[in-house]
Amino acid sequence: MQQGKASIQFEQPVRIISRASVGSKKEKEGPLGQLIDYIDEDPKFGKNTWEEAESQMQFLAAQKAIEKAGISQNKIRYIFAGDLLGQNIATSFGIMNLNIPLFGLYGACSTMGESLSLGAMTMNAGYADYVICMTSSHFASAEKEFRYPLEYGNQRPFSATWTVTGSGAVVLGKEGGMVEVKGITTGQVIDYGIKDSMNMGAAMAPAAADTIYHNFTDFNISPDYYDKIITGDLGYIGQTALIDLLKKKGYDISKVHTDCGIEIYDGETQDTHAGGSGCGCSAVTLCSYILKQMEERKWKRVLFVPTGALLSTVSFNEGQSIPGIAHAVMLETVN
Amino acid sequence: MDYIKAFLVGGLICALVQILMEKTKLMPGRIMVLLVVGGSILGAIGLYQPFIDWAGAGASVPLLGFGNTLWKGMKEAIDKDGMIGLFKGGFTASAVGISAALIFGYIASLIFEPKMKD
Repeated sequence: MQQGKASIQFEQPVRIISRASVGSKKEKEGPLGQLIDYIDEDPKFGKNTWEEAESQMQFLAAQKAIEKAGISQNKIRYIFAGDLLGQNIATSFGIMNLNIPLFGLYGACSTMGESLSLGAMTMNAGYADYVICMTSSHFASAEKEFRYPLEYGNQRPFSATWTVTGSGAVVLGKEGGMVEVKGITTGQVIDYGIKDSMNMGAAMAPAAADTIYHNFTDFNISPDYYDKIITGDLGYIGQTALIDLLKKKGYDISKVHTDCGIEIYDGETQDTHAGGSGCGCSAVTLCSYILKQMEERKWKRVLFVPTGALLSTVSFNEGQSIPGIAHAVMLETVN
Repeated sequence: MDYIKAFLVGGLICALVQILMEKTKLMPGRIMVLLVVGGSILGAIGLYQPFIDWAGAGASVPLLGFGNTLWKGMKEAIDKDGMIGLFKGGFTASAVGISAALIFGYIASLIFEPKMKD
């Protein structure tokens, strides 16, 4: 059912029936380390390049999620997946041996929200019984794609976030599982004219504020409806900006807000500066921590809002600003 | 004494540039261009050569020194060949530095693999 300006409330149950997360050394050492399903301390995951390593992470995450769902692979009708690399190569090369039809997505770091939204819509419409929603990022491949290759050995400013090396996948189904996708609010592209690629949190906060605002107005709810509102990778700097922006619109989310980029690393001991980022940041946090908290009924209602910065190296080098996008997914525990 | 002087002067230049890296939004590429251009200007107004004569490698090795070398090469070539020197001098003077960077960079890439940052 269409809801307000940008939201959908699902009539059919869409359940998250399994979840799987993959990470590497730094993710293991972080606060969520014990919760991640598969850790390989070798950042190349036994492959030759960073890009192949990222593909391997997606393959492992998908495989693990299917295994945990306890269904056979050929029952999965679609994969909705994407990543940060040019032309989505981590996804294409990673899942090609699974022989499952693919919708390749690009939502920058908001991809987990986008894939969950589209997967849930497809399920609700009756076009699939099971789908996988998945994404990944890799520190080294993302640095090469967006900043400087590691060989260059540049210094990171304090506002820079740390791209998570990891992948997260969920299987959506109609029955089973303890968490339901209740609804979604789809984000629009928001541009506040920020041009600093080392400070993505500030670039994405306006988009997150806009999507969360529309979620409140479309469903006619207030921040206390949720036990947690969890953005993707705003980090500490973006979090402050987000809370301020929503306060100006009359909503105070400071009590319920947290950010995957803040949860996934320990900023004090891990030198990650402004926090974690990348598609894998929200995906790994969702699949290792958020869904677990919900399964244990510590949180009943969660608004999961992965945030993406829609720049490319071409747009950035041509002096364009960095627009942001955020996709909200309403998660609720099933009674 | 020469070593100490070179160490202190070179270190001082690097420390000043580090302040630029930390306190401004200038990207690393822009800072490097700034240094090269700065060095050639200081060379042109006659300040950098006396500075090198005094500080030695501390002044000639950092990028400012590279700018000064470029300017020197230009000047000599223009004095010798006229306007066409404008297109020759810079490359002649900087050939050693650029080739060394390329060759040593290539050798390093053969020996070492990039690793994750910690």
